[in-house]
Amino acid sequence: MDPDNGVTTLDRAENGGTTSLRSSLGQRWATAFLLAPPLLWFLVLYVSSLVVMLITSLWSVNSFTQTIDHHVTGSNFQQIAMGTYPSIIGRTVLLAALVTVIDAVVAFPFAYLMARIATQRAQRFLLAAILLPLWASYLAKIFAWVSILEKGGALDWSFRHLGLPSPNLGFTNGAVLITFCYIWLPYMIVPLFGALERIPSSLLDASSDLGAGSWWTLRHVILPLALPGLVAGSIFTFSLTLGDYVTPLLVGGSNSTLIGNAIYDNLITGGNLPLAAALSAVPIVIMVVYLLIAKRLGAFNAL
Amino acid sequence: MRRRLARGGLWLWVGIVLAFLFGPIIVIVLFSFDKVNIETLPIRHWTLSWYSVAWHDEQVRQAFVLSIKAACAATLLALILGSLAAFGVHRARFFGRDTISLLLVLPIALPGIITGVALNSTFQWAGIDLSIWTIIIGHTTFCIVVVYNNVIARLRRTSGTLFEASSDLGASTAQTFRFITLPLIATALVSGGLLAFALSFDEVIVTTFTAGAQNTLPIWIFGAIRLGQQLPEVNVVVTGVVVLMFIPIMIAARLTGRDTIAPRSRQQVLN
Repeated sequence: MDPDNGVTTLDRAENGGTTSLRSSLGQRWATAFLLAPPLLWFLVLYVSSLVVMLITSLWSVNSFTQTIDHHVTGSNFQQIAMGTYPSIIGRTVLLAALVTVIDAVVAFPFAYLMARIATQRAQRFLLAAILLPLWASYLAKIFAWVSILEKGGALDWSFRHLGLPSPNLGFTNGAVLITFCYIWLPYMIVPLFGALERIPSSLLDASSDLGAGSWWTLRHVILPLALPGLVAGSIFTFSLTLGDYVTPLLVGGSNSTLIGNAIYDNLITGGNLPLAAALSAVPIVIMVVYLLIAKRLGAFNAL
Repeated sequence: MRRRLARGGLWLWVGIVLAFLFGPIIVIVLFSFDKVNIETLPIRHWTLSWYSVAWHDEQVRQAFVLSIKAACAATLLALILGSLAAFGVHRARFFGRDTISLLLVLPIALPGIITGVALNSTFQWAGIDLSIWTIIIGHTTFCIVVVYNNVIARLRRTSGTLFEASSDLGASTAQTFRFITLPLIATALVSGGLLAFALSFDEVIVTTFTAGAQNTLPIWIFGAIRLGQQLPEVNVVVTGVVVLMFIPIMIAARLTGRDTIAPRSRQQVLN
């Protein structure tokens, strides 16, 4: 968060006396004119689309005519509650949680060194080094893992040369897990780095002056202060995994269907938009619950 | 001693993570020069022939042109709407500003597939045919926040006294904007625009649901990997995309420092 917390000199001036000469009504109109186009875009195209989607989820596809039947029914949600869908949803949430935890564990020491140990030059280098994998094309990263993990791929080759048995990871849930961890890792490192960097050194000095060991300081001073960054990163890793269908489709096997795949299949191949819309409500609910828990933990207060 | 050991361990960890992050990218770049059309190590024959094949592939060319067109249009719209939103929220002194920030970040805080299905539902309901325009609408929606974050971060760091001085010295609102505001936010605009362009150019999750029969480059890549066809060509194309995306990212990073480049901006909004 910016140190000035959004209260800038300009704002203060406007609240104070400087602008009282100008009509404050005119100021308000000007603000409204500025905000109107982006707000209209979002309300007309995004928010109302979400509403249309949720209404669509209450419709159904007429099995004879293959057209959308506009009678309200809960049948899509009944369908989601039965059959394979609960296990697909469970698998997705479990995978998203695993990816989040693994990325947090891998990212923390990296971000810590970057923020608190590296010299300025090393820090600049590491930040630049993280930009390439962060912004390298999403599909390029997935394709890289397809060719690394497939039979006879780079991983098999390295294992063979080390005299180890083939890991046979290609097109399994393990492959999906590794690929997700890889793609989202930079999204965890960057916010974590931001949070760790903002911890005042005086707090760490105080902790050790008062006799705390490094572990105690880590557990009771650094971790709580890094929590906001951890939560921000986890929103990425969790949310991005929750809605992804490309990764499981390209690196996963027959057992790797996630919510995203169920939505994709129903809409693109199955032509069942209402069911796809109903399935889309699931990640929304999960993310809202996730954000509420994060808020409860006080993760946003300290940002 | 223990301290030195801990530091050594951390540096080792950083080295391993960097190798993990860069290894796969190096692998695809190397394989793009492999003569054999099955990706196996070691690479015995090096060639540029797949580059030539990809360059002359009409499908790839059309997809590339569509991606560039859509990304340019989405970037332009995002620049206009995102900076308007930033100016508005920056001036606004009312409780709704947090709500507006949250609204703008929603398309990237929620999984992208939601945006895709929501827009698809609306287009079907309204009877709008999928085309380049529907792609642009989807891309603009999630690109606005990138521009917004860049511009508002700059506005917050800029001292308001400059604007006051300008108007005290008799400049009109238009003059202040032209000679004070615009130069101050210019690099933030350029960097926001470049990031928006990169985001749009690479997008596949939302695009699948908003594109008609035409392929954008990511959709072509997705389809080709899925069918397992033309993989050497895919290798060349994704290498090209990585290189092409990296240029605007590096320029953007140079222009604004690290603040605006990273997902950290999301925290600012969730606050």
